[in-house]
Order: sequence, then C-alpha cells, then structure tokens
Amino acid sequence: MNDKRPVNLDIGTMRLPITAWTSITHRASGVFLFVGMAVLLYILDASLKSPESFATLKECLTSPIAKLVLWAVVAGLIYHSLAGVKHLIMDFGIGESMQGGVLGARLVIGLSVVLIVLAGVWIW
Amino acid sequence: MVRAVTSFGRSGLSDWLVQRVSGVILLAYFLFIGCNLIGGVDYIAWKALFAQTWVRVFSLMALLSLAAHAWIGIWAVLTDYLTERLMGTKGNVLRVALQLLVIVTIFVYVVWGVQILWGY
Repeated sequence: MNDKRPVNLDIGTMRLPITAWTSITHRASGVFLFVGMAVLLYILDASLKSPESFATLKECLTSPIAKLVLWAVVAGLIYHSLAGVKHLIMDFGIGESMQGGVLGARLVIGLSVVLIVLAGVWIW
Repeated sequence: MVRAVTSFGRSGLSDWLVQRVSGVILLAYFLFIGCNLIGGVDYIAWKALFAQTWVRVFSLMALLSLAAHAWIGIWAVLTDYLTERLMGTKGNVLRVALQLLVIVTIFVYVVWGVQILWGY
C-alpha cells in the first residue's frame, strides 16, 4: 500500500458536525458490543445450561449492577442497530445530501434515546 | 503497512457487502430474541425454544455473522487509528497485536456459542 497518499482531513483540527459524532458513536458502540458479546454469551450459557443455572441467573439479574451492565449492552445494541439501518437506507441513495445526513443523524439520536429509556424501564 | 492482508475478504467491496448482510442477519436475530423475551420467559419455554433445529441454525447463522461483522468493523477502526502515520512504527505493532487478540476472541466466541447451542 502506498504510504505517500495524501490525507485530506485531519479530524483532530476540526469542529465535528453532528453526523461525525453519530459516526464515531457507531464505531465506539461497535467496539463496546464486541466486548459486551461476552456478557450476552455468558447469559445465554447460564440460561440454557440447567434449571439451577437459569434460577441463579435470574437471581443475579435482580442486582442493580447486573441490570446496569445489561442495560448498557442493550443500549449499545439499540444505537448500533439504528445507526446501521441509517447506513442501509443511505446505501439506497436516500438522505445522502447535507441536510439529509443531518436529519438522519438527529433521527438516530432521538429514536435511540427513546428506545434506550424504554429498554431501561423494561429491565427495571 | 499490514492492512490489506488482515481484512476479512481481502477486498473492500466484498467486506462492504458482507458487513451489510451480516448486519441485517444480526438485527433480525436480536429482534427475534427480543420478541421472545419481552413478555418474560421461564426455563421450560426458553429451553424448548432453543431445542428447535431452526432456532439453532438461526443462532449459528447469527454467531457466524457476528464473527464476520466484528472482524470487518474492528479492522476498519484499527486501520484508521492505530497507524504508522498517527503513531509511528509502534502503531503497526500495536494494531497487528490487537487484531490477533480480536481474532482469537472471535474464535472463542464461535466455539463457545456452538457449545451452548449443541452442548446442553
């Protein structure tokens, strides 16, 4: 690969627009979910192993810390999914203009907040 | 720079498509799991759900989609930030080391998932 290719954008020197923030959050939530997947696999493991481990898991998930961890992973899933769906919609050529991008970013953030709050209500 | 050799499909267009298809499968799977959990579930019903072959096949499909999706996504992040341009030579070392760690973790997730689905 050619190392001498020019770099046009040095993002460290710019004020980031809302579309950049949703993009970075999409990446960050993806990395977070990769780690969070261990939590989900652990929960799936305990839920299917035996009636005893299922009961222990249910007991464990009543603690506020476990609920908080689960909520964080679910919140990551919600945000990452909505931002991903936005990508798919844009792949079809919808909302690719400057205003479309900003509107899409706002919709992703707004919908995420609503769904994450609802998920929190469901978990507690 | 070790970039192209560590990507998932060795082609940007292939990775682009795999990322989207795997993303749609994962979204469908998490919605499916969410629908089954929303009203609360007991051990018998939960166990019966995962005893069905099609649910195991769907779960394995999601697991393999996760493997590809995570590989491509984390490759994109690492090759953007842990680079020679931003960090000097140690960027390359750190990136390849982290990539190895990620790939080993993906492998463990897949084997663990298969054990959960067919082991109990």
